Amino acid sequence: MISQFFILSSKGDPLIYKDFRGDSGGRDVAELFYRKLTGLPGDESPVVMHHEGRHFIHIRHSGLYLVVTTSENVSPFGLLELLSRLATLLGDYCGSLGEGTISRNVALVYELLDEVLDYGYVQTTSTEMLRNFIQTEAVVSKPFSLFDLSSVGLFGAETQQSKVAPSSAASRPVLSSRSDQSQKNEVFLDVVERLSVLIASNGSLLKVDVQGEIRLKSFLPSGSEMRIGLTEEFCVGKSELRVSLFPGYGPGIRVDEVSFHSFVNLDEFESHRILRLQPPQGELTVMRYQLSDDLPSPLPFRLFPSVQWDRGSGRLQVYLKLRCDLPLKSQALNVRLHLPLPRGVISLSQELSSPEQKAELAEGALRWDLPRVQGGSQLSGLFQMDVPRPPGPPSHGLSTSAPPLGLGPASLSFELPRHTCSGLQVRFLRLAFRPCGNANPHKWVRHLSHSDAYVIRI
Amino acid sequence: MSQKKRQKPVVWVEQILLKMLPHQDEEEPASYRGSSGSCLVTIRKMPYLGSEDVVKELKKALCNPHIQADRLRYRNVIQRVIRYMTQGLDMSGVFMEMVKASATVDIVQKKLVYLYMCTYAPLKPDLALLAINTLCKDCSDPNPMVRGLALRSMCSLRMSKLDQWGQAEVLNFLLRYQPRSEEELFDILNLLDSFLKSGSPGVVMGATKLFLILAKKFPHVQTDVLVRVKGPLLAACSSESRELCFVALCHVRQILHSLPGHFSSHYKKFFCSYSEPHYIKLQKVEVLCELVNDENVQQVLEELRGYCTDVSADFAQAAIFAIGSIARTYTDQCVQILTELLGLRQEHITTVVVQTFRDLVWLCPQCTEAVCQALPGCEENIQDSEGKQALIWLLGVHGERIPNAPYVLEDFVENVKSETFPAVKMELLTALLRLFLSRPAECQDMLGRLLYYCIEEEKDMAVRDRGLFYYRLLLVGIDEVKRILCSPKSDPTLGLLEDPAERPVNSWASDFNTLVPVYGKSRWATISKCHGAERCGPELPKTSSFAASGPLIPEENKERVQEVPDSGTLMLVPNLQLTADYFEKTWLSLKVAHQQVLPWQGEFHPDTLQMALQVVNIQTIAMSRAGARPWKAYLSAQDDTGCLFLTELLWKPENSEMQISVKQNETRTETLKSFISVLETVIGTIEEIKS
Repeated sequence: MISQFFILSSKGDPLIYKDFRGDSGGRDVAELFYRKLTGLPGDESPVVMHHEGRHFIHIRHSGLYLVVTTSENVSPFGLLELLSRLATLLGDYCGSLGEGTISRNVALVYELLDEVLDYGYVQTTSTEMLRNFIQTEAVVSKPFSLFDLSSVGLFGAETQQSKVAPSSAASRPVLSSRSDQSQKNEVFLDVVERLSVLIASNGSLLKVDVQGEIRLKSFLPSGSEMRIGLTEEFCVGKSELRVSLFPGYGPGIRVDEVSFHSFVNLDEFESHRILRLQPPQGELTVMRYQLSDDLPSPLPFRLFPSVQWDRGSGRLQVYLKLRCDLPLKSQALNVRLHLPLPRGVISLSQELSSPEQKAELAEGALRWDLPRVQGGSQLSGLFQMDVPRPPGPPSHGLSTSAPPLGLGPASLSFELPRHTCSGLQVRFLRLAFRPCGNANPHKWVRHLSHSDAYVIRI
Repeated sequence: MSQKKRQKPVVWVEQILLKMLPHQDEEEPASYRGSSGSCLVTIRKMPYLGSEDVVKELKKALCNPHIQADRLRYRNVIQRVIRYMTQGLDMSGVFMEMVKASATVDIVQKKLVYLYMCTYAPLKPDLALLAINTLCKDCSDPNPMVRGLALRSMCSLRMSKLDQWGQAEVLNFLLRYQPRSEEELFDILNLLDSFLKSGSPGVVMGATKLFLILAKKFPHVQTDVLVRVKGPLLAACSSESRELCFVALCHVRQILHSLPGHFSSHYKKFFCSYSEPHYIKLQKVEVLCELVNDENVQQVLEELRGYCTDVSADFAQAAIFAIGSIARTYTDQCVQILTELLGLRQEHITTVVVQTFRDLVWLCPQCTEAVCQALPGCEENIQDSEGKQALIWLLGVHGERIPNAPYVLEDFVENVKSETFPAVKMELLTALLRLFLSRPAECQDMLGRLLYYCIEEEKDMAVRDRGLFYYRLLLVGIDEVKRILCSPKSDPTLGLLEDPAERPVNSWASDFNTLVPVYGKSRWATISKCHGAERCGPELPKTSSFAASGPLIPEENKERVQEVPDSGTLMLVPNLQLTADYFEKTWLSLKVAHQQVLPWQGEFHPDTLQMALQVVNIQTIAMSRAGARPWKAYLSAQDDTGCLFLTELLWKPENSEMQISVKQNETRTETLKSFISVLETVIGTIEEIKS
């Protein structure tokens, strides 16, 4: 059972503190937690920490620490799930989760905590149920405006560079019961895929892994039914049955495993690949899926490196050719190549294939930024560096052409808007909800893939 | 009930129906039977609309105090509600009124209302809560029929589906249940099945644990569940939340201890990505070590080799150690990779490789030759104490196969004055003396210098003592030195012992989905130890316990157990040490062997009782504070045959009596009797002193 819950800023300042059972110390636990966290040796995990009969379990979310303490041997899965649910909930109610929003909405957060947890036991975490009890209105720094559409990004995707700024959808709290009815009815549906890939130095593919999610953020009145139609060729498991039954349909969109939120009604899933649900207001992960090893489409990027190293002079020349195998109409954004370099590299000279690219040395690695890469295009960069000679006599075991220690592997980070690596698409999003007096609800369906770990050995 | 009264509503229904079906004139009108008293009405089309009027009218009737006062009329209205309900009209609107109607002595009415409540409770969960009160009250009704009815209704109240938190809580609670038959066990397992498919990891893991615990006698069922949970676990391992990922990895390792091949085909899922935090990478490397098999060893080693040159020295070293542990099974491949790593001439890599070699040579002597060939040249890249010790040990023990061993050691001897670590000097002494035995000509001179330095100049007492010891040993004679120093150079059996032999699932099933795998077994042991020390106050055992310790019967008593017949003579062992946790576990697992009540009046000092019990070798495990009501104490004692007596004292002041419950781990009626009489004597004495 949860004894205390607190939220710390990234600098360790307590923003929220609540004691549910009064059984384990006072407010100084927050400070104690931060001290323990920062003093932890590198190889120990900070996820669960122990101090005098008290366990600290935390998650990091949007730069905040959400921490619970307990004195019992609880289920770690359950607690972590609760913490991330709390993070979503606070995001739903405060508009977004961050140091600023939390400190602006302290009263609201305490009110929520009061309802979610009682004496350390979870009561409910449903946005819908809680709406009946919450009196405080969220304080939003900037009023929401639909004119601000240029910034409509994704609300949840935490990409490598966090370049996808929180969209207007993210900074808007769920409607409280007393809000005026003039607010637009909106629903956002995002298909987000994380891609992790490992390519061997000879170019062969060692690992492909896609983690996908369909996320929904609804501002429609609760209980309004909606139907989400997925690609009809979508199939689950390794079975080849669908492919052979409908040879005209191509390879089909296949995933290994899929799980649905308990709200989802699957009556029409088998026959028409339609998900039916009546979502509560707020954010919800409708479906999660995974796919490994065989992708229907080619990988988005191929890297062809060539390395020349003159051990005697210490001159290292790296030529990188990056080919984007996306369809011609698609593009990749915020592409960054990260290549760890041997220790002590100082100078860098570069020849890049186009002017908007940028390359620099940072923290012992080469960083090559390509803001925009069109499908089917090929870009290259030639980099020359000086590597100080390693101490000691030249080694006899290694040939001189072998790359120096510490070079590679290269990793890429990128975003692919309007592209899913699994090929899964949302065919339609249909609302059964009839607006009363209002204009038709706005539906935003977006697809995005981004890199989780895209590693190419050199 | 008169005929007339019964007919009336039916006629009324007809009217309503006709009113409700204005456009159905051309069709066959709704038919009904029942003018003779049967209330069965068949309706072909029952529109949803219109029921509001009925509900309003019924609501009015139910609230009418005149009707409420008249038992028959009241019952009649309720019957009408039920009838509409059967017909499919939505009668949930009168739920409130019906709940009120349940508080009655009329059993027929009660039955009707409960029928209604069970039907509509799912629609009105919050209102159904109000009914619980009445149901609970009815459960203690003197009339068995009412009690049965209430209980049955309560069981069939399907209020609302529990949310994930509730489910996890219930799954956790169910861990305490012990099925009475195999059939019941499998019924439960079948019901649990759907929870394994839940979208919430907390529920899935909770269900898995319950499965593992319940099916403790069916290893194939356990394996089956672990196969089913593979998907969710792997998904959690690649989750966006690092924390969840870490916890899942810890559980994967736990499973691998029992089923080493379980995740072997998914080894790629455990490859590290550069952006992951250190603690996740380390866990993944551990997992990779544990799931390696003939099929994937090549790929896993290839991956690990990549990590060895990681920018983070800590991670690189962890990867090298990992290759070292895989080397116990796949020696040749690993030694080759490790040898290549030496060629990189990096200090942080070389030192760990040499340490790995040292351990490997001890466990797998077949690789000695390869290691000895790789060693020359290493000394240039080793600066730290651990690495130096490992290298010196290798040179000393296997020096006869390494041509330049004496010269490397000579370098160390030359620089011994500037050596900062005493442990290195000790190692150097031993190694040089060993090498002297196999290559005396090359070592004699420097051994003399080293001994001289250690005895005359060294400040560290341990090193000096070691030097003196070897000096005197040499004085005794070379044979004696050989006898003492030429110990075995390897011990392959140690590797087998150290290898985590396949542990049964049951050994960790109770730790699954707790913090134990997350902390790791050894850290958890220290945590729960200091935790236990805090807890051993006058607290009664709680039901949540983790660690069991100590054998039930001390080793030396085991043999006697068989010999001693159930003679009835009782000898209690003094200084029996039982932990509260262990007591609690045993207490919960045993049945009460004897229960009796002794008279006990008024106040007393628990301390006195405790002391008196101590005199007869009965230990107090825990007791309530003085003055607590009811007052409880838990006692334990063991006789010389190893039979354990666990006792609960329960004093209820209102009854002025002390209830004694005794549990025994072996059934021995005679000794039990003796034990009870001892207990009676003690309690009787205290009672006398008091009065």
